[in-house]
Amino acid sequence: MSYNNYANSDRTSIDWSIILVYLLLCIIGIFSIYSSVFEPEAQWFNFEMPYAKQLIFFGISVFIATVIIYTESTLFFHIGYIAFVLLILLTLGTFFFGAKVHGAQAWYKIGSFQMQPAEFAKLGTVLALSKFLGTYGVRLDSLKNYAITFLFILIPVGIVLAQNDTGSALVFLSLIFVLYRFGLPSIFLTIGFSFVLIFIFLMLTSRTEQILLLSPKILLTLIIFIILGIIGYYIRFNKKGIILISILFTIYTIFIFGVDLAYNQLKEYQKKRIELIFGLIEDKKDVGYNLWQSKVAIGSGQMVGKGFLNGTQTKLKFVPERSTDYIFCTYAEETGFLGSFAFILLYTFFLYKLVIMSERQNTRFARAYGYGVFSIFLFHFFINIGMTIGIVPTIGIPLPFISYGGSSLLAFTILLFIFIKLDGNRSNEVSVDID
Amino acid sequence: MYSNKKVFFFAIILFVCVLFTGRLISLQLMSDKYFIESVKNASNEITLYAERSIIYDRNGKLMVFNDVVYDLAVIQKKISKDLDTAALLKILKIDKKTFLNKLNKIRNPSITYTLIKDLTPDIYIPLQENILSYKGFFIEQKTDRRYKSDIGCHILGYIGEVNDKIISKDPYYKQGDYAGITGIENTYETYFRGQKGVKIVIVDHKQIQRGSFKSGSLDSASIPGPSVHTSLHYDVQEMAEEMLKNKIGSIVAIEPSTGEIIAMANSPSFDLNEMIGSSRNQKFASLLKDPYNPLFNRAIKARYPPGSTFKTIQALIGLEQGIVTANTTYPCRGGYHVGSLHVGCHAHPSPLDLPNSIAKSCNAWYCYLFRDMIDDSAYASVADGYSAWREYLLSFGLGIKTGVDLPNEGNGFIPDTGYFNRYYGKDKWKSSMILSLSIGQGEIGVTPLQMANFAACIANRGYWITPHSISAIDGYKKIPAQYLEKHQVPIKRSHFETVIEGMHSVVAPGGTARGAAIKDLDVCGKTGTSQNPHGKDHSIFIGFAPKDNPKIAVAVIIENGGFGATYAAPMATVLMERFLAKTDSVFVSKNPVLYERMRTAKLKNFSQDTLR
Repeated sequence: MSYNNYANSDRTSIDWSIILVYLLLCIIGIFSIYSSVFEPEAQWFNFEMPYAKQLIFFGISVFIATVIIYTESTLFFHIGYIAFVLLILLTLGTFFFGAKVHGAQAWYKIGSFQMQPAEFAKLGTVLALSKFLGTYGVRLDSLKNYAITFLFILIPVGIVLAQNDTGSALVFLSLIFVLYRFGLPSIFLTIGFSFVLIFIFLMLTSRTEQILLLSPKILLTLIIFIILGIIGYYIRFNKKGIILISILFTIYTIFIFGVDLAYNQLKEYQKKRIELIFGLIEDKKDVGYNLWQSKVAIGSGQMVGKGFLNGTQTKLKFVPERSTDYIFCTYAEETGFLGSFAFILLYTFFLYKLVIMSERQNTRFARAYGYGVFSIFLFHFFINIGMTIGIVPTIGIPLPFISYGGSSLLAFTILLFIFIKLDGNRSNEVSVDID
Repeated sequence: MYSNKKVFFFAIILFVCVLFTGRLISLQLMSDKYFIESVKNASNEITLYAERSIIYDRNGKLMVFNDVVYDLAVIQKKISKDLDTAALLKILKIDKKTFLNKLNKIRNPSITYTLIKDLTPDIYIPLQENILSYKGFFIEQKTDRRYKSDIGCHILGYIGEVNDKIISKDPYYKQGDYAGITGIENTYETYFRGQKGVKIVIVDHKQIQRGSFKSGSLDSASIPGPSVHTSLHYDVQEMAEEMLKNKIGSIVAIEPSTGEIIAMANSPSFDLNEMIGSSRNQKFASLLKDPYNPLFNRAIKARYPPGSTFKTIQALIGLEQGIVTANTTYPCRGGYHVGSLHVGCHAHPSPLDLPNSIAKSCNAWYCYLFRDMIDDSAYASVADGYSAWREYLLSFGLGIKTGVDLPNEGNGFIPDTGYFNRYYGKDKWKSSMILSLSIGQGEIGVTPLQMANFAACIANRGYWITPHSISAIDGYKKIPAQYLEKHQVPIKRSHFETVIEGMHSVVAPGGTARGAAIKDLDVCGKTGTSQNPHGKDHSIFIGFAPKDNPKIAVAVIIENGGFGATYAAPMATVLMERFLAKTDSVFVSKNPVLYERMRTAKLKNFSQDTLR
């Protein structure tokens, strides 16, 4: 096993820049939560309030982070499967002992304390997936290994879907990125992205009778036929190529004409949320209320914002879930474009940093883990902010380090700091097993 | 090969960053739309309704005031999708259909719309307690008219909800607002309505108020309409209306020196107290259906033949044209007989001079005079003679609008030469054919206001001031200038004295209205008994008192009342006596029998076609 190669010296070099970004994000989070629940009549600090709880959890998180930094790196490799099993069991436990919050059977309630085990299940999944990919001799070159990795991803996806938590399911699916980095052929991602583009195209043209005398679906099929034809021409037609192209064409045709069927399986409110994003329906009161108020909050911030504690959309509670899923509204309304853009840049830097750090790892385990962390943060960031500004259908998942929520802050902190620790310890690893 | 894949991840990060930044630019920097929307979200404009002007009579006696009422208003856009309609309907005590119909009338969902007016306490109290549960609905405090008594309805006028036409003409109004519809409420609307104020409050998502928006810097208080003194004399108006009861007719009294209307009474009339609150529309509909048309202000719209009262003006024109002098006599042999034409006259000594022709109301005298005026050789044709004569009439405010400060005044009718040309053929008519005009009969139509106005003009010896019903508006030095305009009649003052001499003998022993005399009342007047196609003659009187320095001019028309002396003259003198009495002492008439007789008389000949 590759991890037997570590040297027993103390060549730890913690990357302080990412810790700084982490601290900055947490502080922005606490201030945003403070503002989002601020009441002019109330006392300026109250231990009952969410910001105080968040502050306490921030303290706990810093403590745990410190513990992680001083923990032996190998531990994280070894506990991979155990963590996965335990955390999956914990998540499954919600079906028996859990409570329903916002329609998702995904929470534990202990007194006034709520916990969503799925947040921690992400950690378990990333650990297990990384351990498998980091195990000596394991390569993504056999159907069996693909099956195992997909199992690590699809088990939690199935569970959270059963919990009615679509957002978390998408986050788990994002771990496909890790597989891509570790050898999953580009064609799968290409097909995936092209499906997204086709869906967007079909949504945007769903009210159009015809384009260039053809119905949008026929036109799209024709375009794909031409593209595949061109690709086929360049790779020279041989028997294998023709079969591949034919299979692809069949898949696309099925998708184009079958996507409606799948779409109609969605719940009514989910369809409406999607149609809102594409501007196919107008609604400011019912399903579209959250999105509309969120856009008004962010848009009304204009260039410099309304100032700390002065946001009307959030102070007067027009925006729902102000301290959790829609926390960005409070921030953007009060800091305006300047603040919002700075925030986007900060998060972008954070994600960029995670890729850089992942690439410099000497072990497959650490690299896989790094990409797992990256994929999860990327998806949370993309879906959460995208939802508030109206480019992603409403899906309730938190914005890591910013949204109010003790279990999520703790889970994300652990997730991140294990990677920081692995990264700090990378000089002690011998890159014998890296591709 | 693997390391190439990191480029893909950088591309994804860059894509998200650019996508988000672009979206933020479009939301935050491209337009004010969302900012304005957030202000609209967080604030509610509360209209502070202004109290309408309080109205007094000329002596400061209260006539019209206001009372607080509560309306249910709504901003449709802010109605919650979770509205508990059933509970609201239960409080409002209306059915769902009515409620939805009302909501459907709303055209602009983002502005305040008054849904239900004048909430009764049994609705208002439970609604006030629960109003916060009905997001988007709120209670507005307004004022509605209250009237001290039932008098003066036509001159005061009523208020009503503004219609689309009014709203489109004046942006001051919103759907559901009130404005004056008739009377001075309408004419002086811009004064009476005051100035609405506005209060902008911060509201949260439940529409609960959270203090004033921008520290109240955008708020403005409502300004009540200024107090108004009408020129009406409360007691004179009241007596006039009392005397008109059970009769059809009209009384107008004017202060000659100012043109101020002292009283303007019509019968039938209605009670403004019934035209308030939620019963307004219902009452209005029933008044519209009433065959006696109580809403009709006959004082300024109805046309009557002025009858013999017209002789005063005839004499004045004759004098001015030099056709007659004070001493001119015309014979009367029981009337005027030329060829087959007969205009009858009652028995009186003959021949009469001008003053006596008025006192005795000799028809023949005026037939001769009219013939001499119209057929005067000084004119090229009968038409020219007629036109000259007509011009004099117009100068008295006859056949044209006097310009009174009340809406929808009628012109009356003085036919022009074109009228006769059409009727008889051009140049095919002569004075004998239109002889009845000379005694105020025939085609001529005059409104009661025009009659009172020409009485005032005679009292003034040659001028009249546009009649008006307002004497002062608080905070304004003068009433609008158009109501103070002086109209000079092109007739010499001395001629007026001659005619007045005759009028002075009318309500005197030997005069036609001797029975209407009241001790110490120095009256000049003229009776009229006007034939009409609707039955018995109209009883008419015009006059003024005292003779020198007149204070009041009166015109009375009692439809189908018979002789002018029977009803019209006594009513006029009663009102003159009352007006001239000192206001600060208890009024005791020197001839109380007259008032009692007039008040109690019943003329049960109301017929529908006399009313139009």
